Amino acid sequence: MVAPLVSVRDLTVQFNTDEGRITAVNKVSFDIGPGEVLGLVGESGSGKSVTAKSLMKLNAGNTVYGPDSKITLNVDDKEIDVLSLTKPEDLLYIRGGAVSMVFQEPMASFAPALTIGKQMSETLRLHLKVSKKEAKSIAIDMLARVGISDAPTRFDQYVFELSGGMRQRAMIAMALSTKPKLLIADEPTTALDVTIQAQVLDLMQDLVEEYQMAILFITHDLGVIAQVADRITVMYLGQHVETGSVRSVLNNPQHPYTKGLMKAIPKLDDLDAPLTPIPGDIPSPLERPNGCVFHTRCSEFIEGQCSINEPEMKLVTNEHDVACFAAEKLLNSNTQEATS
Amino acid sequence: MSENIVSIKGLGVHYPIVGGWFGEKKIVKAVDNINIDIKRGQFFGLVGESGSGKTTLGRAILQAAPISKGEITFNDGERKFDVKSLKNQDLLDFRRRAQLIFQDPYAALSPRMTVRDIIAEPLEVMKLTENKEETNQRVRDIASECRLNIEHLRRFPHAFSGGQRQRISIARALVANPDFLVADESVAALDVSIQADILNLLKSLQKEHGLTFLFISHDLSVVAHVCDVVAVMYLGQIVEMAPNKALFRKPRHPYTAALLSAIPSLDPDAESQAIKLEGEIPSPLSPPSGCRFHTRCPHAKPRCSEEAPEWRQIDEEHFVSCHFADELNL
Repeated sequence: MVAPLVSVRDLTVQFNTDEGRITAVNKVSFDIGPGEVLGLVGESGSGKSVTAKSLMKLNAGNTVYGPDSKITLNVDDKEIDVLSLTKPEDLLYIRGGAVSMVFQEPMASFAPALTIGKQMSETLRLHLKVSKKEAKSIAIDMLARVGISDAPTRFDQYVFELSGGMRQRAMIAMALSTKPKLLIADEPTTALDVTIQAQVLDLMQDLVEEYQMAILFITHDLGVIAQVADRITVMYLGQHVETGSVRSVLNNPQHPYTKGLMKAIPKLDDLDAPLTPIPGDIPSPLERPNGCVFHTRCSEFIEGQCSINEPEMKLVTNEHDVACFAAEKLLNSNTQEATS
Repeated sequence: MSENIVSIKGLGVHYPIVGGWFGEKKIVKAVDNINIDIKRGQFFGLVGESGSGKTTLGRAILQAAPISKGEITFNDGERKFDVKSLKNQDLLDFRRRAQLIFQDPYAALSPRMTVRDIIAEPLEVMKLTENKEETNQRVRDIASECRLNIEHLRRFPHAFSGGQRQRISIARALVANPDFLVADESVAALDVSIQADILNLLKSLQKEHGLTFLFISHDLSVVAHVCDVVAVMYLGQIVEMAPNKALFRKPRHPYTAALLSAIPSLDPDAESQAIKLEGEIPSPLSPPSGCRFHTRCPHAKPRCSEEAPEWRQIDEEHFVSCHFADELNL
């Protein structure tokens, strides 16, 4: 078997704050293979972005990583233990080099007082050790490649001169210019209109094929995930609750949270279907529930089990895991029926 | 008695912009030539991309944006208002009847007021209650209707989640007993599990109080689920308006068709059938000639760039503004 490009094991991320130590991510594990698109889904506060930033060790200074947490990156026949890196030049190799990131709000990720070209060249010269002239020609090529018309002019413009869709394209061009092995896309289309979103998603899919890179695609929009991802991991309150191939998870969700999400989403092919909200609110990370983190809102709550014990990830079918006692029980009874 | 609560004729909202080195004047037509009626008790949806003028239209109806052209009539059966020329006491009376629910529940609530004070403010400002007792009673009633706990009233907004804050905003909008509400992207900032809860709440409040809603959203699937009639805006104009199901089953304007096709399907095996629109929404400073959509329309013909299409009825309660709506098979 080919070694995965990224392997995350038992990632725990905590933050020291005035109100105490907050657990943002708790024992999350996943792999991303070369050229694979993994969708990370969850509501706000579920720890999606913190997980993604850990891959580049980009979390703030008050971050504490768990002692068992391990993130391994396999690039250029080297195995890099990301969390143990401390030297700036080692981190530089990952940040913007082997791993690149596209953010939700392009206006906030570009410096407003520098031209787009200047910012792109800076990245290129830092990572590829090329001359100013070469950097400019690579940057203009890249801008044209992502569908920005009149790239040489855009190169000398500032971000505010570009429209929302253009900015997001420029952001993608900058992230891809160093030919990263892994692209982290944090809600890259959330701020865009649907027609522009369709354009950007198309572009990203073309680029995955062309550059054979892997994407960690973070979003709360299951529709977008269904269209772009190969596999999906659902997160709730810093924990992964279900993971598997997109088809298996979306067509046959096992975790009550995933099922709840599917029922809460308005669907266009059935306008009369009632919308069913998941009752209650996400608990504060300061008051993480005991046992299964979802038990306070769960419709399949099992008395005396869910609020005490923590469910582990169990295999549902090949390549589909779920962490839920109710789902486990159902599975066991199904297999017993099948054998008898 | 007319059954239209809001009736808009030839509405234009134009903003002058002083630009250029010599103070050259330009006009942005944020909303232009709108003709629609909103019937009493309707859940009226307004969709469009950012910059299409949805919010401006909603604000113009509430006299919160300058009405440069045309007229808006508001008639709740008791009283008739000509929205453009309202002043003083008349304006106050109108404000009680037409209210706004904001998009961002984090920005819309003052962090220094308790929830009780936030909800009571409209009553106090408009002097709708006789004494404090009555105010408190009214606040408690509306809070429980919006499924807020009575103990919550003493707390400050920072203690609440997004969904709860949005329920506070809704309670504040409803406390003065309005007939008409503009909900501007009221669920856009919420997570899906909570979004469904707020939508259900709005629907049940509408039924109980006989409210009329103008529901502004960029999310077509949300609009499809809650609205009775939907209008689609593009670059300051309404391009199509129809009862919900008719619009989503058989759109007649190429822009509506493209918008619908661009929504990502939840089925991973569904072949993406997105109609690709070239380019982006043009600047409202220099809108294209003729039909404003012709620069991005896959079906554009020479006539489209020369002549602006008429706003016409094409089917029962189905209006469209496209030269070729009869011929196109979308």
